[in-house]
This record gives sequence, structure tokens and C-alpha cells, in this order.
Amino acid sequence: MSELTVTILRLGLLAALWFFVFSIMTVLRSDLYGTRIVTRREARSARQRGAVPAAVGARGAVASPQTANRRGWRAGGKGAPAYLAVTAGPLIGTTLPLREQGTLIGRNPECALVLDDDYASGRHAKIYREGDQWFVEDLGSTNGTFLVSSGSQQRLSAVTPVGPGTTLRFGKTVVELRS
Amino acid sequence: MISVASLTPRRGRNVELLLLVIAVGIVVLAYANVEVAARGELPANLLAQTLGLLAIAGTFHLVLRWRASYADPLLLPIVTLLNGLGLVMLHRIDIARGNEFSSGLALRQLTWSALAVGIAIAVLVVLRDHRLLRRYTYSAGLAAVVLLLMPLLPFIGREEFGARIWIRVGSFTFQPGEVAKIALAIFFAGYLVSARDALSVSGKKVLGLILPRAKDLGPILVAWVLSLGILVFQRDLGSSLLFFGLFIAMLYVATERVSWIAIGLALLGVGAYFAYGTFAHLQTRVHLWLDPFAPGQSDQVAKGLMGLAAGGLVGTGLGRGRPTETYVVESDFIFTAFGEELGLIGLFAMILLYALLVQRGLRAAVGVRDGFGKLLATGLAFSIALQCFVVIGGLTRVIPLTGLTTPFLSAGGSSLLANWTIVALLLRISDQARRPLDETPPKVSAEPTEMVRAS
Repeated sequence: MSELTVTILRLGLLAALWFFVFSIMTVLRSDLYGTRIVTRREARSARQRGAVPAAVGARGAVASPQTANRRGWRAGGKGAPAYLAVTAGPLIGTTLPLREQGTLIGRNPECALVLDDDYASGRHAKIYREGDQWFVEDLGSTNGTFLVSSGSQQRLSAVTPVGPGTTLRFGKTVVELRS
Repeated sequence: MISVASLTPRRGRNVELLLLVIAVGIVVLAYANVEVAARGELPANLLAQTLGLLAIAGTFHLVLRWRASYADPLLLPIVTLLNGLGLVMLHRIDIARGNEFSSGLALRQLTWSALAVGIAIAVLVVLRDHRLLRRYTYSAGLAAVVLLLMPLLPFIGREEFGARIWIRVGSFTFQPGEVAKIALAIFFAGYLVSARDALSVSGKKVLGLILPRAKDLGPILVAWVLSLGILVFQRDLGSSLLFFGLFIAMLYVATERVSWIAIGLALLGVGAYFAYGTFAHLQTRVHLWLDPFAPGQSDQVAKGLMGLAAGGLVGTGLGRGRPTETYVVESDFIFTAFGEELGLIGLFAMILLYALLVQRGLRAAVGVRDGFGKLLATGLAFSIALQCFVVIGGLTRVIPLTGLTTPFLSAGGSSLLANWTIVALLLRISDQARRPLDETPPKVSAEPTEMVRAS
């Protein structure tokens, strides 16, 4: 066979080798498996977009139980706190959606927000909704629940109405309600 | 606010089949290239040989579909291609030496390859769960020591090329150090997974390094003495480097302490310094490394370098170079033969194949959920990486030349058997790593005591 055949064969071999390497890399790219990080904000806004048409018609009417459960923290309408954010203390940075049936805060494992805070009680306080208004109630904690407003702190002695922007302190943990 | 969702992995068996066909196609192309360049015509039995190769690879593929359907789809094609290229190069060396196919290196290597594939299949079929190996942690450690000591025994041990690393029973020779590599990886993984908490507790902090406590230094000193012992009694620089490097790498992965690497390198440096002062053969190696062209010594490295230089960028083409000029080109120096005939372009493709192989092993280690599997996969993948580094680094004068085989390429049955077994273990671990949780078999008890299941 001619020298040309040999040349074609040997250059073809090199090309084939690299073709193989690149096909493996292509598979590698599409073969990423394991876990995927999802931003919850995206998921929520997608859910909201889906929920808007139904909510417009149903304003003032009682929402169906399923929707109310699924979007519990939104059921209070505009101006209601949607979630709480820990702004100081060991759990700083934690956020938690508020539940309509009540969000329990304390050191007990059954609480929705389990505080890792020596100055908090087992069942410290509860944030819940009644009608269109959200309330915070101190559950007889040892060190008390404080309402923080512009530097001054006031110990709660009774059930207190709260809204977005309210800052509460349980032990060393400071929590802010946000809409 | 972020949350973590898991993806359903693809099995990728069809991708694997496609890549396998491509790999076999490349091997056949290389074979045709050798025959055309050397004899001027295509081999008569090309079709039969193609079908034979496809049958071997296809059997393995079917076993994977049957027994490890989630295994990594890239390992098998990469290894098939490397093994096939090694076969082609040995056949080419046979032609250059005037050997017939029936009495040449290539046929022996083909037989060993088939045997190695058979053993790898057996490992996959028998070993349904790699966690079972953890039960044999200390047995594996003992087996490794026995295997390493075997060449020193009076009747079966054999010395070749100045290194005492072979055993011979009848006409059958074997290099037990290759298999000891796997046993050591199992032992290190089993030992470190239970000891890593003790090894990574904080000690004194010196210059930014957290130094371990003195009593935790024991195992690394044992590994050091063991590898120095190999160096002294078997005069096998490559293996001692491989075993010590393997241990340091696994220790680092297990404990996440950089100080172990620093300590390991320091110990290696001290050992190498004293060994250099004491042993003449080590001084020869170092002189050969520093000045391979000096007269009055082995011209092996020099001829290998000249082969690489003759290859240049695109190589001389398979069958057109003169690789047989170099001494033992079929085992230690097979990589320079590839460099001469495939050139830098081909050589880099092959190095990338090794890198991808190692990457798939490490990926399996990242994905698998148990600590033992993580360490074992890391150790096995790293042993391939380190072996490639020691061999290719030795040929290209990055480090002194040491006698280790190039995985899957070099002529030699023990090396093939060991490396195919490593691939089988990596496939098994990657199958566990990629399998969705609900299909994972129930956890095997790793407790030291037997437990009775009421069922």
C-alpha cells in the first residue's frame, strides 16, 4: 500500500484518539449527578405567580383549606408578617416561615424554632394568627420575652399584637418578623 | 435560602456501549496501521480479531448491565482502549524483533488480558457490596505483608534487573507487589476509617500546621519503615514510593490535615537521604537521572529520551519508529515507544485518558456514602495516578527512574491482573455511588462482632 495510506492511517489514529478523549469529556459534562442546589426564593416566586389569579377572585372570601395550609404564612393578606429572621444569637441568619396554627419558639425539640440558647425556656413563646392579626404570647418563660423597639426593651406581660418589623428577644436570641 | 434536591442519575450503559465500540475501533485502527506500515497490507484476520476484542469488551459490558447497572460508564471504555493500545504496541515490538505472533509478547499479553478481564468479572459478580471488604481489613494487611515478603523467600524468590520483586513457581513468574497494592489499599481504608477521629484530633499548632500527637504518629512510622524495608531488601524504589505515597494520600483524605503531608514528605526526604548515602544502586539511579548522557553508565534513559525526541509533535507513525533500540521497551519503557510513534499529540491523549480514569475513581469516592468506600476508591484511584507519575516522571527525568509498570500498557500479567481488579472495585464502588437511595441494598453491618438478623 502507498505511503499516503500509512500517513492517513497514522494521522487518523491521532484524530481518533482525541475524538475519544473529547467524547468522554462530553459524557462527563452531561453526567453530572448527585445533588442540585435550588434557590427557594425562585421556587416561591414561581408558586406565587401560579397562585395570583385564584387569590384575586377570592379576596375576602375564605380560601380553601388546602391552599390555606400550603400557603399558610400568606393567608393574612398584605401587611402580615410572613416569616421570622434571627438577627442575633447562636442561630443568627436562620429564617423560618410563620405558620398559621402557631409557631412555637423555645429549647424543646418540638418547637418550630429550636433555640440553642441557655437563657431561653423550653417552651418560651408562641406567635400565632387570630383573624387578620398576628400575636405573640409569652408561655411563662423564666427570663421573659421582650419587645425591642428603637433601643428600649419592654417585657411582655400579656398577649401582644405584632406585625412586620416587630423585633422580639427570647434570652439572647433576637428575632425580627418580616413580610 | 437554598435547599438541596437530589437528581436521579442516569445509568449510562448505552453510552458505555457506544464508547466501547469507539475504543475497540481505535484499537483496530492502530493494529491496521502497524500491519500496513510494517508489511504493506491489511492483516487477513482483521475481522476475526475485531470480533474477538468486541466479544471480550462486550462480555464485561453485559456483566455490568447485569450486576452493576449504575456503574460509571466511562471506566470500562478508557481501560479497554489503554489495554488495546498496549497490545498493539507489543505486537509492533514483536514485528520489530522478528517474533511470530504465536510466540510473541502480544499473544501472551492477550491471554493475560482475557484472564484479567475474567477475574475482574468474577470480582464484580462475587462482590455485591464493597463494604464487605471492610471485614477483612486486617487479613488484607497481613496478606499485603506476606505478598511483599514472598520475593525474599529462598526458593521461589527471583532477582531480575537488580530488584528482587518476582517469584517463580515452575515456569510461571509473578510480581506479588502489584497485588499487594490492592490489599494495602483495603487495609489502609479499613484502618483509617476507624482511626481517623483519633488521628485528626487537634494537637499543637506550629507555624500554621496542626501537628498530630506523638502517639498518633505510630502508623505512619510503621508505613515508613515498611516502605524503607522494601527499598533496602528488594531494592525496589518504585514500589516503596508507591506504597508510602498511597498511605500519605489516604491519611490526608481521611483526616484533612495538611500536616500529615508535610510529615510524610519530611520522612520521605530523610529516608531518601540516608538511602542515597548507603546504597550504591540508588546513587546509580540518581546519577542517571541528573546526567543520562554521561558515558560509562546505562544508556536506557538516554535512548528513551532520544526516542521521544525522534517522535516530535506528531510521531513517526506506528511501525515506523525504532523503539526496540531501548532496553526493556516492552515493560518499563513502553511509554517512550508510544511517544516515539504517536508523538506528543498522541502521548498527551494517553496521559489524559489516565487522568480521566483517575478522575472517575475520585468521583466515585465523592459520590459514595460510606467512609470506607470513599477511602478505598480514593486509594485505588490514587495508586493508578501515582504509578503513572512515577513511571512517566522517571522516563522524562522529572524524578529518578524507578522500575514500575505502566498500568494497562506494559507487558506483564501481574500488573494487568492487579489493575483490572482495581477497575472492577472502582466499578463496584461507583455503582453504589450512583445508585439512587431507594435501590441501595440494606446496609451491611460493619461491626466487628457478628449480628444475627431475625428474618
